[in-house]
Amino acid sequence: MAVTADHAIPNRSPLIAFLSRWLLTTNHKEIGTLYLCLSFTLFFIAGAMAMVIRLELFQPGIQFAEPLFYNQMVTMHGLLMVFGVVMPGFVGLANWLIPMMIGAPDMALPRLNNFSFWILPFAFGLLLSTLFMEGGAPNFGWTFYAPLSTTYGPPSTDFFILGVHLMGISSVLGAINIIVTIFNLRVEGMTLMKMPLFVWTWLITAFLLVMVMPVLAGAVTMMLTDRHFGTSFFSAVGGGDPVLFQHVFWFFGHPEVYILILPGFGIASQIIPTFARKKLFGYHSMVYATIAIAVLSFVVWGHHMFTTGMPLAAELFVMYATMLIAVPTGVKVFNWVATMWRGSMTFETPMLFAIGFVILFTIGGFSGLMLALVPVDFQYHDTFFVVAHFHYVLYPGAIFGIMSAVYYWLPKWTGNMYDERLGKLHFWIAIVAVNMTFFPMHFLGLAGMPRRIVDYSLQFADFNMVASIGAGMLGMSQLLFLYIVVKCIRGGEKASSRVWDSAEGLEWTLPSPAPLHTFTTPPKFPTPEEDYQHE
Amino acid sequence: MTSLINRRCRGLIVSILLAFSNSAFAAVMDLRPGVTDISRRILQLHHFSLAICVVMAVLVFGAMFYSMYAHRRSKHPKPADFHESLLVEIIWTAVPVLILIGLAIPATSALREIEDNSNPDLTILITGSQWKWHYQYLDADFGYYSNMSTPAEQINNLEPKGRNYILEVDNALVLPTNKKVRFLTTSDDVIHSWWVPDFAVKQDAIPGYINEAWARIEVPGLFQGQCAELCGKDHAYMPIEVEVLPEEEFDQWILDQLLAIELASGQAVADRARTWTLAELMDIGQTVFIDNCATCHEADGSGQGSTYPALAGGEIPTGPMQTHIERVMSGSVDTEMQAWAPQLSDLELASVITYERNAFGNDLGDIVQPLTIFESR
Repeated sequence: MAVTADHAIPNRSPLIAFLSRWLLTTNHKEIGTLYLCLSFTLFFIAGAMAMVIRLELFQPGIQFAEPLFYNQMVTMHGLLMVFGVVMPGFVGLANWLIPMMIGAPDMALPRLNNFSFWILPFAFGLLLSTLFMEGGAPNFGWTFYAPLSTTYGPPSTDFFILGVHLMGISSVLGAINIIVTIFNLRVEGMTLMKMPLFVWTWLITAFLLVMVMPVLAGAVTMMLTDRHFGTSFFSAVGGGDPVLFQHVFWFFGHPEVYILILPGFGIASQIIPTFARKKLFGYHSMVYATIAIAVLSFVVWGHHMFTTGMPLAAELFVMYATMLIAVPTGVKVFNWVATMWRGSMTFETPMLFAIGFVILFTIGGFSGLMLALVPVDFQYHDTFFVVAHFHYVLYPGAIFGIMSAVYYWLPKWTGNMYDERLGKLHFWIAIVAVNMTFFPMHFLGLAGMPRRIVDYSLQFADFNMVASIGAGMLGMSQLLFLYIVVKCIRGGEKASSRVWDSAEGLEWTLPSPAPLHTFTTPPKFPTPEEDYQHE
Repeated sequence: MTSLINRRCRGLIVSILLAFSNSAFAAVMDLRPGVTDISRRILQLHHFSLAICVVMAVLVFGAMFYSMYAHRRSKHPKPADFHESLLVEIIWTAVPVLILIGLAIPATSALREIEDNSNPDLTILITGSQWKWHYQYLDADFGYYSNMSTPAEQINNLEPKGRNYILEVDNALVLPTNKKVRFLTTSDDVIHSWWVPDFAVKQDAIPGYINEAWARIEVPGLFQGQCAELCGKDHAYMPIEVEVLPEEEFDQWILDQLLAIELASGQAVADRARTWTLAELMDIGQTVFIDNCATCHEADGSGQGSTYPALAGGEIPTGPMQTHIERVMSGSVDTEMQAWAPQLSDLELASVITYERNAFGNDLGDIVQPLTIFESR
């Protein structure tokens, strides 16, 4: 343990040096890079699974994927996108940005930071290895409802359980690190209500993570003991309750969907003011709205379970609570529009993605409001309408959020400007393809197509074909994204330290690329340039 | 003048909406009105909430796009300086609350009616199992299984797909018009969900639970639906068909069923009274096998990995006959292999077991007679 990156042994081969640098690093920027690389890799793997799904659904009948394999693809696509792409993506951004935004030299617990990252490759290694096992990978959907996942789950389910445990440990440790960093390492003068919104949204997200990941761990542990140690938590035969599983899962699951979106809110709140050249409208209400959303997320899990036979009183309570979430979410959207209002806007790639995020996320919010109404939910539930809803929230929401962040801060990380022309091209292909893929799914769901089916009746053929073509475009457009990122890392026009003429925040006072160690002496806050618009 | 324009506008909007809802397109892109009072109320609620969302979207996105156009740097080089307004914040918190209350009221009243399961005229117990439905008429004390009837050739693209591709079943659920029919749902294995969009009934079928839902269907006809909860390999192939008959026809149908059950039990006595030849049993057995077993064990008995073991040369079909009979009749606990004794007749069981012991190159020469099955029950 005495060997650290700082005490390099002289005659090591470059390979060993490379490995030990990345394996043993405790630097927040390097760990951030590792997280982002993992997220990007899994994005392509999980995306390839989506391509298999859409290929099979291109036409009715069975063409490319047998039903059992199709179910494995549906399950793994969901698990990897949620736990492997969006969560590590946001943690990577947090690692890179939070210390630089609050004027800290690093995360508060650097070794823990290294540990929380290096758990993940093993977790996803375990999960992906199930694809090659006898009996196949988990095939019960990312929500792994009992008893399909317990009594009837394939043998590989145990690897899935262990994988989920590891991811959970990683997330909790990462979240604790973020909370401790934000509470203790802020530069003098940066009170909580002066923190950048990205830091605020991550603080709230981290609290959600600490509170709900143990619940998920509890759920999979109960599964494990049901499968192997003779308990009957979720088995009616032994006096247990299959619906209990859904309650436990969604008590984790609903805050989880806000974990997947709140940092995206923070990103949009950083980027839109920069390109509107105007301060964020309603900073305080943004913070309070985020807190309100997080608190409400703990009492609405039942809206995933309206068809399980909930009593009327519970249905009404959950419906009202869910509808209430539209209020703080609306406040956020209105604030973004008001930020743009009478600004002086330009539309570089990060701004395009941020605007795409706001518009398409709002569409997902509208369908969410419709889904909250219990009587209509009886028709929408478990159909492609739901698939359309959560992909609108997650793709143009979470994924566009991450992409706009990558475009926005990439020049700071690499010191080079990305190719603006290609970036815009990427945006326009992505926004056309996203809508082409997911908008027709609303129609499919309303017309009666259940979700998670490998084959469908003939009246659904047209829209499925459109969605599949869109998905192909969307998949291809990400190769362009990969090319743009790689090209930017390898070189390009040098970026200035501020990069964007009216970007605000401590990270822009650092040179580009940001040196490995920054803010070893605390910076001045607020920076003199911050008052640029009042000069 | 303005009222004339207003009226014209309204007329135009109404006619556009009507054209939209009447076109064939609308049939595959919107909720259907269905055939119950509840299903129509749900459709109205759906349209009401959709309309509110569309209006909000037009306002918010309209403001945004206007701003993007008018407040772009080339046109509006000097940004304004405001970044807070308590009044505006209060307005756009309060107005959505009022809109939500407007939505919650009709939703609550519809929901209260939907959840009123009292005083049914007729009760059907619906049991899901992988991957079929079992309907029991509790008032008339009989029931039957309902399997998808689309042949595997259509699914595997070897034959053209029919109009009712994967939505057709061998025995549809039969219901009367204008009666309050209560559906009790439960399951034998994993969670399924019984959904008929035209009745606006979607109720999970959960092992260990009995859930309730109801419908009062107004018109006779054939209505289709599908299982809505992922339930394993053939989740896509678990359709629901409901044939709704006018009341008198339904009563007659019930009498016909009771008569048919009596006849079938007479036939069963005759079946086990005689000795069947291998060729006869193989013939019947093949049909039974294709209809019930081939979805997992494959038509050639090759199975699918360890989850669905191969029957060709398999341990059970080539092992002792009694073990084989027990496995088919009672199934295997905690696997998708279900108990077939309640689902198939003595003759069907005898012939399918005979088939499995002699087909796929197993060639044991064993013959199982219906009488043996009868005695094993």
